[in-house]
Amino acid sequence: MKPYNNKAWWLVLPVFVLVAFSAIIPMMTVVNYSVQDIFDPSTRYFVGTEWYREILTDPRLLDSLMRQFVYSFCVLAIEVPLGIIVALSMPRRGLGVPFSLILLSLPLLVPWNVVGTIWQIIGREDIGLYGWTLNSLGLDYNYASNPRDAWATVLVMDVWHWTSLVALLCYSGLRSIPDVYYQAARIDRASSWAVFRYIQLPKLKNVLLIAVMLRFMDSFMIYTEPFVLTGGGPGTATTFLSQTLTQMALGQFDLGRAAAFSLIYFLIILLVTWVFYTAMTHNDNKG
Amino acid sequence: MKLRKSLVMLIYLLFVLVPIYWLVNMSLKSNREILGGLTLWPAAPTLDNYRVIFTEPTWYTSYLNSLSYVSMNMLISLLVALPAAYAFSRYRFLGDKHMFFWLLTNRMAPPAVFLLPFFQLYSAVGLFDTPIAVALAHCLFNVPLAVWILEGFMSSVPKEIDETAYIDGYTFPKFFVRIFLPMIRPGIGVTAFFCFMFSWVELLLARTLTSVDAKPIVSQMTRTVSASGIDWGVLAAAGVVALLPGIAVIYFVRNHVAKGFALGRV
Repeated sequence: MKPYNNKAWWLVLPVFVLVAFSAIIPMMTVVNYSVQDIFDPSTRYFVGTEWYREILTDPRLLDSLMRQFVYSFCVLAIEVPLGIIVALSMPRRGLGVPFSLILLSLPLLVPWNVVGTIWQIIGREDIGLYGWTLNSLGLDYNYASNPRDAWATVLVMDVWHWTSLVALLCYSGLRSIPDVYYQAARIDRASSWAVFRYIQLPKLKNVLLIAVMLRFMDSFMIYTEPFVLTGGGPGTATTFLSQTLTQMALGQFDLGRAAAFSLIYFLIILLVTWVFYTAMTHNDNKG
Repeated sequence: MKLRKSLVMLIYLLFVLVPIYWLVNMSLKSNREILGGLTLWPAAPTLDNYRVIFTEPTWYTSYLNSLSYVSMNMLISLLVALPAAYAFSRYRFLGDKHMFFWLLTNRMAPPAVFLLPFFQLYSAVGLFDTPIAVALAHCLFNVPLAVWILEGFMSSVPKEIDETAYIDGYTFPKFFVRIFLPMIRPGIGVTAFFCFMFSWVELLLARTLTSVDAKPIVSQMTRTVSASGIDWGVLAAAGVVALLPGIAVIYFVRNHVAKGFALGRV
């Protein structure tokens, strides 16, 4: 059991001050906006909860909310298992280690707008490798006009972009397992599944917790990549929440409504992450 | 078994590399060739696109601007996150769990509507269009992440190490710097890498908080659209150049990650 000591607050204080400056002040501004109707900085009216009521019944928002949930679910369902598989397949020693680490992390280092650009080009049927290949295989693939293709392209792009993050976190978790564990497992003639289930997976729990939450949060806030790739189209097939929000805030300059929307948005992420968080730490305490 | 693993790895790496190859391929072509049709490698390789980036001041200064705010952010994040992560991993204190979760919530705030408040805040304190403004804004998501990753690494170091050091007469700062930090070096390396990465690739905040003097490379890249359409070649070359510092950083981290092995043996 960890000792109880309130002096530990001194160690946390710098983080608290720094984050409070860039989080609490802007957050209060948003709350302030969300209860006002703003025409220009000097003409504003207090409207109470009207924006919130309007938002919660807006079919356009509910649509993009649904789309967002399905998308984040798909992202997690593909990337977490794939990331673990990749981490387990990494070479353990030799030249292959730095080589594959560097190659793996390449997609993470590409600025997000460039990620969109790359897939925009590579998916085109005239000058892009993937689009051209799919079409010459006889599939009628066009991400700009077919909603299903657009959706699939955004998903594959996300898998390409982010699976390495899960893999890298899992890999560094795996490296912290002492050799002795594996030796003991070999003496006990444990199957490779048993090694995974009883040695590797428990050690991975901490990093997986981080990976799942990061992927959930980031996929739920995705903006730049689909915006560059499809612009939200065709129609509204790939218009996710952040884009709806940005359209509202910057496109229509509807600040009050956008602020109310972003608070609700924030609360949804908060709620889902809290559920993940408590479920996982709860297991931790029992197990 | 071994073969199957290598095969999985190989297929995955291929999946990762093909789009990157396409970017490099494109950066070596002229715009006419890019839009002319599908070619697997440049027919007439040219470095013109790179020449534009290294000779035009708007391009190379934006590159340096990005490097400066990213390194500032990395430094600030690590400096404040290290003691905090230690506190979380070793002690219980009033409101610790709430504090930990609150930190995390800052990573969940959708950046889109924070743009305007951020703009107003940093203009009010006179930091608008400086690298430090972007560095501070990026702390919003990097500091919580750093605390998180470091806490995970620190918790795997047994508490007995701390106790023994105190019995041996070490003071806290001396123990922390001389004994504890070297032990979690892999964790620090990985954390630095993640801070670097998330700060380097972020577009929305970096673009909003800068205009001319501190314009980052990512926002310079969104300005390649001209009357004649998008300048794909220069855009691709800029993308390739933007990859390079990241490769350097991950090259250093590679050593630390490999040393992660020793962590469990303590």
